[in-house]
Amino acid sequence: MSVLVFAESTNGKFKKSTLEAVCYGKQVATLLGTDCIALADGALDASELASLGKVGASKVVTVKHDNLAHFDAKAYSYVVTEAANKTNSDVIIFSYNVSGKAVAPIVAAKLQAGFVAGAVGLPEIANGFVVKKGAFSGKAFAYYNIKTSKKVIGLTPNSFPITSTDATATVEVLDINIPAEQFSVTVKETVKTTGDILLTDAELVVSAGRGMKGPENWGMIEEMAKILGAATACSRPVADIHWRPHGEHVGQTGITIRPNLYIAIGISGAIQHLAGVNQSKTIVVINTDKEAPFFKAADYGIVGDAFEVVPKLNEAFRKYKAANH
Amino acid sequence: MKILVCISKAPDTTTKISFINNNTEFNNDKVTWIINPYDEWYALVRALELKEVNGGTVSVISVGGADYEAILRKAFAIGADDGVRIDANPTDAYFVANQIATYAKAQGYDLVLCGKETIDYNSSQVGGMLAALMDLPYISLATKLDVAGNEATVECEIEGGKEICSVKLPAVISCQKGMAEARIPNMKGIMAARTKPLQVIPAAASETLTEIVKYELPAEKTGCKFISPDNVDELVRLLHEEAKVI
Ligand SMILES: Cc1cc2nc3c(=O)[nH]c(=O)nc-3n(C[C@H](O)[C@H](O)[C@H](O)COP(=O)(O)OP(=O)(O)OC[C@H]3O[C@@H](n4cnc5c(N)ncnc54)[C@H](O)[C@@H]3O)c2cc1C
Ligand SMILES: Cc1cc2nc3c(=O)[nH]c(=O)nc-3n(C[C@H](O)[C@H](O)[C@H](O)COP(=O)(O)OP(=O)(O)OC[C@H]3O[C@@H](n4cnc5c(N)ncnc54)[C@H](O)[C@@H]3O)c2cc1C
Repeated sequence: MSVLVFAESTNGKFKKSTLEAVCYGKQVATLLGTDCIALADGALDASELASLGKVGASKVVTVKHDNLAHFDAKAYSYVVTEAANKTNSDVIIFSYNVSGKAVAPIVAAKLQAGFVAGAVGLPEIANGFVVKKGAFSGKAFAYYNIKTSKKVIGLTPNSFPITSTDATATVEVLDINIPAEQFSVTVKETVKTTGDILLTDAELVVSAGRGMKGPENWGMIEEMAKILGAATACSRPVADIHWRPHGEHVGQTGITIRPNLYIAIGISGAIQHLAGVNQSKTIVVINTDKEAPFFKAADYGIVGDAFEVVPKLNEAFRKYKAANH
Repeated sequence: MKILVCISKAPDTTTKISFINNNTEFNNDKVTWIINPYDEWYALVRALELKEVNGGTVSVISVGGADYEAILRKAFAIGADDGVRIDANPTDAYFVANQIATYAKAQGYDLVLCGKETIDYNSSQVGGMLAALMDLPYISLATKLDVAGNEATVECEIEGGKEICSVKLPAVISCQKGMAEARIPNMKGIMAARTKPLQVIPAAASETLTEIVKYELPAEKTGCKFISPDNVDELVRLLHEEAKVI
């Protein structure tokens, strides 16, 4: 019995969300008194593969197939299921990012494994196998007990810290034959739409709403994000009227994020917006209206006009960055 | 073309969430139930648009008790042709997917659409489970969908971007923003909804693999510290020294 982690990579490197999932997998393995194995793309460099040892994998198993270069939920889930069988793994862990959402439920159903989608904490094993997850779109948490011996967990990105040691992992090639009919999707085009920092991975997020008056005023928002190394986000109406791309829309009907710092500028703080961001560690609100509901969910607030406060704050952040680097 | 749209019911987005019985049960009191927004705005409306172009039927399906009937009638008012309610309490996602798969397998649907996720349990899992149980291709988090002959062209979200791909039908697709614009039912639709066929069938034998043991509300914020707009350096200091986030 071991714990298997689906270790996704992009441009030859493991993702931040993968490192989180391996760290989490290692902790689950320790709880269960077993080892953490990572499943990775055999096309990666040997040194990159072995580097998963640093975050807790004792072994990295790899699978290589030309067609795996394109994402296909059915084929990927076939590979993970086979790898789980071959490595005798009973607990399978995914980062619940975009790819995890496509692959993990298929694996869970194939293995008839109880599945917790969007875990935010380690399992409690004193009485069953109970995992905490987000529910009601960020307004609550639910604790799921997994009743089956095989278990699948999808870990919410940005919810588990990455810790590392000097250990390295052994690397082993798995011989998995993928039947042609498992490949079901033909990819025609791939378009990168976000900036360098993925919104769901971002530790710092600068977000703005209708208080910005128009898309032409987003320069100072982007500038703040640049100074801080943050990702940008927005409220729903701003995306709906095309001031900002849809991929930036956070909230109950958009993306749920949990960065260390969320700066909300000219956003009123409607319940649907708060649902997507209230798991942020620290929230800063800048709003002209001291009655804006967002202040109730904030740690720090400035009652003031964004057009005056933001340029001043950018100057202050720039000064801070210059002094601290 | 035969399309099946999976419909779940969800508390209205303005609902203040609370729990009863020592935090083991969701408090239904004064909750207004709606069609889960992803299922209504994107999956159902896109299914109707595809039908309007290609012909065929749009059926809706729910796994739920009698309280689901109003939700399915609303889907009829928006334009669905007929519906099925599998009479069981939906208390486990695998159970739900298994019910839908067991029914749908024999019906010859070209497309099975579901929402990105429910807004109460937020799991984004029923679609993938359905695809596995029906042994069909699965495309998750689709933002555009077109059909020509027996092939669908889909734009979907991938990590940090989007991908355009094609898939042979039948397939299961989960739908999110971008697919379609919400439709408001008109008087004619509302009248017609009353008489559209809604079949109630018993649940198939199936296991539940998980159980929710308790709920919890997030810790309340302890209060907002206000900083003068003339003293933004103080905010930077607090973020660094107190919150330790920069
Ligand atoms: C079913 C449903 C789902 C929804 N889902 C979402 C969702 O996922 N995400 C989401 O964001 N919304 C969602 N909404 C919409 C939500 O209810 C709010 O309407 C929306 O969040 C408001 O956006 P806003 O704060 O940018 O705009 P507004 O509410 O118009 O607020 C603008 C704010 O800017 C302030 N302001 C104005 N000028 C300035 C200035 N110069 N400087 C500083 N502050 C200024 C104002 O005081 C005000 O507080 C949903 C609504 C429904 C019905
Ligand atoms: C008292 C109670 C106890 C519960 N206990 C559990 C539990 O232990 N484990 C658990 O997994 N869930 C539990 N649930 C949640 C319930 O079973 C959910 O309906 C189910 O899990 C699907 O929600 P989801 O967020 O997982 O769906 P998602 O995977 O997020 O839903 C994706 C899509 O699937 C379709 N869909 C979802 N539900 C239905 C449905 N009922 N009928 C038709 N289509 C649907 C919709 O198109 C939806 O957009 C409980 C609910 C209640 C009220």
